[in-house]
Amino acid sequence: MSERTKQEVLLQADRLTRRFGGLVANQDISVTLERGMIHVLLGPNGAGKSTCINMLSGDLPPSEGRIHFMGQDITRLSAAQRSQVGIGRSYQRTNIFPQFSVLENVRLAAQSRRQQPWRIFSKAMEAEWALDKARTCIEEAGLGKRVDWVSGVLSHGEQRQLEIAMVLATDAQVLLLDEPLAGMGSEESASMVEVLKRLRRTRGILLVEHDMDAVFAVADMITVMVNGQLLECGPPAQIKASVAVQQAYLGTEDSFHV
Amino acid sequence: MNAHASLLPKLIAVAIIACVPLSGESFYIEIVGKVLVMAIFAMSLDLLVGFTGLVSFGHAAYFGIAAYAVALLSPQYDAASLWVVLPASIALSALAAFVVGLFVLRTKGIYFIMVTLAFAQMAYFIFHDTPLGGGSDGMYLDNKPSAAIFGWEPFELTNEVHLFYFILAMMVLVYLFLARLLQSPFGRVLVGIKSNEHRMQSLGYFTFRYKLGAFTLAGALGGLAGFLYAVLFGFVTPELLSWHESGNVLLMVILGGMGNLAGAVAGAFAFEAMREIFADITKYWQLLMGGVIVAVVLFLPGGLAGVPGRIKRALQGGEAK
Repeated sequence: MSERTKQEVLLQADRLTRRFGGLVANQDISVTLERGMIHVLLGPNGAGKSTCINMLSGDLPPSEGRIHFMGQDITRLSAAQRSQVGIGRSYQRTNIFPQFSVLENVRLAAQSRRQQPWRIFSKAMEAEWALDKARTCIEEAGLGKRVDWVSGVLSHGEQRQLEIAMVLATDAQVLLLDEPLAGMGSEESASMVEVLKRLRRTRGILLVEHDMDAVFAVADMITVMVNGQLLECGPPAQIKASVAVQQAYLGTEDSFHV
Repeated sequence: MNAHASLLPKLIAVAIIACVPLSGESFYIEIVGKVLVMAIFAMSLDLLVGFTGLVSFGHAAYFGIAAYAVALLSPQYDAASLWVVLPASIALSALAAFVVGLFVLRTKGIYFIMVTLAFAQMAYFIFHDTPLGGGSDGMYLDNKPSAAIFGWEPFELTNEVHLFYFILAMMVLVYLFLARLLQSPFGRVLVGIKSNEHRMQSLGYFTFRYKLGAFTLAGALGGLAGFLYAVLFGFVTPELLSWHESGNVLLMVILGGMGNLAGAVAGAFAFEAMREIFADITKYWQLLMGGVIVAVVLFLPGGLAGVPGRIKRALQGGEAK
């Protein structure tokens, strides 16, 4: 057992395929995510990255293939059930409760771990454990100064951090983050990278990302997708050196003439 | 903004309503009693429309089912016990809402509106066209339920003043119950579902269960309103379940300001008051009513509930919108 804990596989997707009518959005995509790792899903627009992450989070059922989480087959679980086993996700377009305060957004996320819907006469804001949890996660996501703000008025980057805090409050072991750096300024982006590196220690993170600098700054493993297919998977150095990847994605002149 | 600041106007409003029986005029007692019943009905719908984001266009079904239940459960020559027939009729409405909810809550948006309407129409025709309901003339409730407990009668529903205060007490209780419910973890989840149901699911909430709970509860409270209506007027007709009624209560909620319990009560008062006043002025009163509703939607998006805030902001200075 002891040698296995070094590379504990959290999430394993085997040959996932997703068809929309005649269109094959994902074909035979396999991804392995280990604890302590940031695994980046890379690819040009339309490569099928979002489809892939949607299948992993349960937002989209795969047409074929299986998904395991810590040894358990979760292929048929709904998004809510996957959240309950320990898979959290953030969305490409910011997906928060804009009229709620930052604290309430995250408190609601924390409350999802102890759902007692029949207790209709207790006050939600008096559940200390959920408030404490929320504050801890807000701090961890680097939003400590914004606890009582209405989340809708936060800057774009802060809203992305809020999403991370919400996922953390659900005790997620696996974080599926869809372009957490998209639309961020360089400063915001740098602080988010720091947050991600900190979070990696005890969890596994799967990241969809466009920002190449950030990708190579944080990635332990990169999977490159093109046209719904898996092109190459390996550590950053290997991906950087790969001719196939360069042609498909990293923008050599040739790629425009293929 | 906070609950205590707005408590005083609410207490004053209840105190004023409580003075209505002092007038001694049966007409006013009955009509204000009816408005209070509609206020309960509007609050029950607001739980769905304003707090959970479920626009039900068939809420009159649960109102009507309980109203018919009183008439059907009461013996012809004797008074039924209030303590049996009240919970029984509420339970029937709740059960109907639970079963309908199992189907309709699988749909969203316009489809939800249409299937709630379809189920309500089915309920309408059950009472309109089967021997159960007494046809389009409806049924009389010959004997109002008795509140007697082992021979002791704390109040008499046959007494119009007693009945009025019973209805008022029920309205206040429903308000307090829903206000408390919305503070609970359950209530917070409902508001979260309204804001962003997809996100609630990805946070691990089984939103269907919460929506079903809300739908059933709203049906039960709508049933309470229907029960009180039947007792107040002593007869029931299929029109209580018609889509007009579902539309009227929806208008009350919109008029009052969705997602605000006091607003729902105010909406019920405004709606019924307009109905009375406009009907006095002209037989085309529905045109006037329609005009007012259009005006409210266009110029008062927060409904009546948004008015105090607007006044406050206007007084505090013009720059804030």
